[in-house]
Amino acid sequence: MTSPITTASKGSKILGMTSIIGFVVLVLLAFFVTDPDIRFHPETGEEFGQFDAVRLLYLHVPMAIVTYLAFVICAIASAGYLVRRTFWWDSMAHAAGEVGTLTCALVLITGSIWGRPVWNTWWEWGDVRLMSTLILFLLFLGYLALRGAFVNPQRAARPAAIVALIAVLDIPLINRSVEWWENRTLHQKSTLSELKIEDLTLFTLMLGILVSVLVMSWLILHRFRVAWLEHIEFEQGVKTAIEERRQVGHGD
Amino acid sequence: MKRLFADIGLITGKDLKIELRSRVLINQVAPFALMILVLFGIALDADQQSLKNFASGLFWISVLLCALMAISRSMTIERDDEALVGLNLSGVDPIAIFLGKTCAIAIQLLVLEIFLGVGIILLYRSEVEDLWLLVSTGLFACIAVSALGTIFGFLASGLGVRETLLPILLLPLLLPVLIGATRAFDDALGVAAVNGWNWFAFVAGLTVILTAVGAGANHLMAEN
Repeated sequence: MTSPITTASKGSKILGMTSIIGFVVLVLLAFFVTDPDIRFHPETGEEFGQFDAVRLLYLHVPMAIVTYLAFVICAIASAGYLVRRTFWWDSMAHAAGEVGTLTCALVLITGSIWGRPVWNTWWEWGDVRLMSTLILFLLFLGYLALRGAFVNPQRAARPAAIVALIAVLDIPLINRSVEWWENRTLHQKSTLSELKIEDLTLFTLMLGILVSVLVMSWLILHRFRVAWLEHIEFEQGVKTAIEERRQVGHGD
Repeated sequence: MKRLFADIGLITGKDLKIELRSRVLINQVAPFALMILVLFGIALDADQQSLKNFASGLFWISVLLCALMAISRSMTIERDDEALVGLNLSGVDPIAIFLGKTCAIAIQLLVLEIFLGVGIILLYRSEVEDLWLLVSTGLFACIAVSALGTIFGFLASGLGVRETLLPILLLPLLLPVLIGATRAFDDALGVAAVNGWNWFAFVAGLTVILTAVGAGANHLMAEN
């Protein structure tokens, strides 16, 4: 009896368990331990701030960082493929591209949910960061569509690598948009780099980033292994087809 | 360098000759462009002021939609009878192939832009306040669209789903060009208080970057 084909390994199981534990701790800290953003006007004493909506910081910001990371991995792996021409690099690019697209969608969704109570709008067309993030998402949707369009996945590798390398150029634009077009965005400047937050808020945010990176790594690892199994199956199919043709030839 | 320019001229001339003989631009793309202008007019309920205010955006959306047709057409003529393989094996520099096809598409788009420009003046009653800004932006933006369109046309060529894939790949990257060109046109047509020349500089910068990226990507693709 053969063991079932699986994408899990001891390492990935540990990674998965660590991610789950980290996520539970993050939820506890983000929703129950950290304080809501409530400030008081120095003169009127009136309450203002983001209140409980600030808790989305622990999800939205880590997701954005993980999106950048996944797309950068995708670009590096794409460049690696163009240099090395091996399936390993292509699969890594594909896996990272897929996970990045997923997290990018989550960034847009959580951003929209956060924007409603804070900016009083679900979507702001004039916001450069929002628009450039949407463009990034659409670019990688195109990347995945291109990959899916080829019957032979190996033929998709080079065009997809080129598209990924072009698409990733949008990331510096997104990152710097709040500095370059500060009067055309509702987003604030980088909270992290200027260390505007501290203590438990900073710790929870850091934990959120760590957990998101772990989840991303776990997803990429499994997606990479799925792609690898698909590759083996495809190669096996080609070998079988050639063998059958040979048999037919011998039969003649 | 002289050889490169000669090759670019050769490829551009070849594509334009095919275009002149087949008349796809005149018989199919131009009527399609006109149809888009008319449909926008109907969709906006023939509100003349709205049409005038949105003319720049409608113009550039029409250009982009027509560009998709022109690019698809330009790639189809290379796909038939494996012409692209023959072209690559002919010894012509891949950069010259890329730039030649880009020039051919750009010239066709310029003709379409003039046609659409006349269309928005006649149908939407737009008034030109800064002709130079209009012409400069139109020229650079159409080069950007053509350069990127050529490279993505190559990427998607040979695929059965080329027609549906091309817009998905191309349009997101062209959004900054669309934004810049629309703002510059808004100023040139006097419908918005923006500095159109700043937006033109943005479009021109993008054109240089996209053409360089396209040439680089084409170099990688040519090894196929």
